[in-house]
Amino acid sequence: MSAVGQLSAASQTPAPPPPRSGRRLTAYLLLLPGGLWLLLFFVVPLVSLLAASLYDPNGSIEDGFSMTWSFGNFADTMADYARPFGRSLWYALLTTAFCLLLGYPLAYAIAMKAGRWKNLMLALVIAPFFTSFLIRTLSWKLLLSDNGFVVDALKWLHILGPDGRLLATTAAVVTGLTYNFLPFMVLPLYASLEKIDRRLIEAGGDLFAGPLTTFRVVTLPLSMPGVVAGTLLTFIPAAGDYINAQLLGTPKQRMIGNDIQRLFSAGAYPTAAALSVTLMAAIVVLVLIYVRRAGTDDLV
Amino acid sequence: MRPRRTPVLGRRAVLRGLGLGLGAGALAACGIPPARQSADKCISTDQSGTQKLLNFSNWPSYMDESEEKVNGKTALPTLDAFQKQSGIRVTYTADVNDNSEFYAKVRDQLGTCQPSGRDIFVLTDWMAARMVSLGWLQKLDHAAVPNVDKYLLEQLKSPTWDPNRDYSVPWQSGLTGIAYNAKVTGEIGSWADLVGKSELKGRVTLLSEMPDTMAIMLRLVGADPGKFNDAEWSKALEKLESSVGSGQIRRFTGNDYVQDLNDGNIAACMAWSGDVLALQADNADIKFVVPEEGLNLWSDNMLVPNKATHKANAEALMNYYYDPEVAAELAAWVNYICPVEGARQAMEKIDPELVDNPLVFPDQAMLSKTSSFMPLDTAKAKLYETDFNLAIGG
Repeated sequence: MSAVGQLSAASQTPAPPPPRSGRRLTAYLLLLPGGLWLLLFFVVPLVSLLAASLYDPNGSIEDGFSMTWSFGNFADTMADYARPFGRSLWYALLTTAFCLLLGYPLAYAIAMKAGRWKNLMLALVIAPFFTSFLIRTLSWKLLLSDNGFVVDALKWLHILGPDGRLLATTAAVVTGLTYNFLPFMVLPLYASLEKIDRRLIEAGGDLFAGPLTTFRVVTLPLSMPGVVAGTLLTFIPAAGDYINAQLLGTPKQRMIGNDIQRLFSAGAYPTAAALSVTLMAAIVVLVLIYVRRAGTDDLV
Repeated sequence: MRPRRTPVLGRRAVLRGLGLGLGAGALAACGIPPARQSADKCISTDQSGTQKLLNFSNWPSYMDESEEKVNGKTALPTLDAFQKQSGIRVTYTADVNDNSEFYAKVRDQLGTCQPSGRDIFVLTDWMAARMVSLGWLQKLDHAAVPNVDKYLLEQLKSPTWDPNRDYSVPWQSGLTGIAYNAKVTGEIGSWADLVGKSELKGRVTLLSEMPDTMAIMLRLVGADPGKFNDAEWSKALEKLESSVGSGQIRRFTGNDYVQDLNDGNIAACMAWSGDVLALQADNADIKFVVPEEGLNLWSDNMLVPNKATHKANAEALMNYYYDPEVAAELAAWVNYICPVEGARQAMEKIDPELVDNPLVFPDQAMLSKTSSFMPLDTAKAKLYETDFNLAIGG
């Protein structure tokens, strides 16, 4: 999938072929619009964010912020915000795991068993995108509300105690995250499962492997690019999300995105920027380790 | 480890070095200049004499509207009357949705002494205080607003951040008290009950604005929110931490508590009077309580920013809205606390039911229980904000 493609492309510096100068000019011209776009909307904001993370933490909007190369900002913010930080990564991990558990059978069913229902099922997976993220999350508030039928049913089944609730719990936040990011898992999984040559699965049967063994030895390894892409597309945005924690959680479920948003609007730019940079760096490191481990070089 | 080629100082290495150098240079060149302005450096000129115009930015649903439309537009009776009477053409925009958001909207202009395109806008105390300390506002001429001096409610006359009302005039005021849903719980009479009663565990919300919530915690530890010291602050903070830690507090909210309270997801909460009054119209089970320990009084204030070119026109408007008859007409529609003395008598002709509503015209007993939050300098504000942030983080 695209994310993995980009990542592996970025990790190895592309060697420019030695063409004639006319060709080379064309290549640069082709790069120009995209390059300008990236410069303006990616490089410039990134540099400004990096700069802000090193400003004097004692500055204020009133007196301005001066560049003091305060590398201490990173240690200071981590000391204060280690808990929501860890929580964000933990929730993102849970979300990714649940999305994989729910998404893999679904993607498998769509790719392998859906027959003429395939397109309809795909459309249904994408359908939630037709309404805004915010509206969908707010609807979960209604579904999980203390007097709603979900809570009533769970109480009746004695899964929840008489004082139990779903809203404003960790379960609600992770449920919301899982719901919101499930399509990002299903679509890449579907794409890689769909590509698998069915004759390979038949060959597994011919070689006296049972369905489970065939799945383990043939289907699963061949779908790994989808698994890697799906987990990345789920984990990365989930770690930075703050809407689900805001609407479905309590202060105890607060994620790092909530703190960054709050600090930013309170005008504590260096702290907010230092947290953002740390989050980005942590995600990049985790992703690099993961991609190395998963050995996607051979898979993509 | 993979074997590596020995690095040579090639074109790529040079480029990389150059890139790093440039990057560091770009970082070092950054910084955000001070946003503070002063009256002698940022000079505004008033063109009200020749231009009978006024640009007015306010919150949604904060101006009386009539049922019928005139030329396809909703008529605003009091404002239309002002335009007719004064000959000043008012461009009215309801584009203030959130204090912080509005601040972000005008920050770049006002921080660099540029016109914001508005002659008058309305912001809540704490944000108005910030703008006063930033030097972003024009000083009002009290001779031009005699009604304000005459009719402004005593309790609102000298807030600590603008003791002589040199820069601000309240548009409407409100109270922060307790609201509860009578279908879900019995009466909650005090802040101590709200944060301590075990039946309410996990069914209480507080406000995410630091001054609102901490004023209550300060009261609970016996301190005065209008004047407290660091030791009292620490005690109040511990109080908050223990309420959050015990699971009593479900969330910290903006005015989104309204939905949860209406649905019965929460039993009781810290609430703003105007929201509660609006909610009561649809749901009779929603009650507002003046807690035993007291409550917070706040205002949304009319402010004239630097470089606004119609200050005298703005003052004419302020003076007009402090005419008790006009104030009563406005209060009958917006349902917030009317900051104008004498509007209560005028209300008898407009809506007799509201005359005795303490959430529009609070009585002296109620007002004597109110206080506002101590003004904080920037360093302190940031320190306290961080403390608060971490305390509600759980």
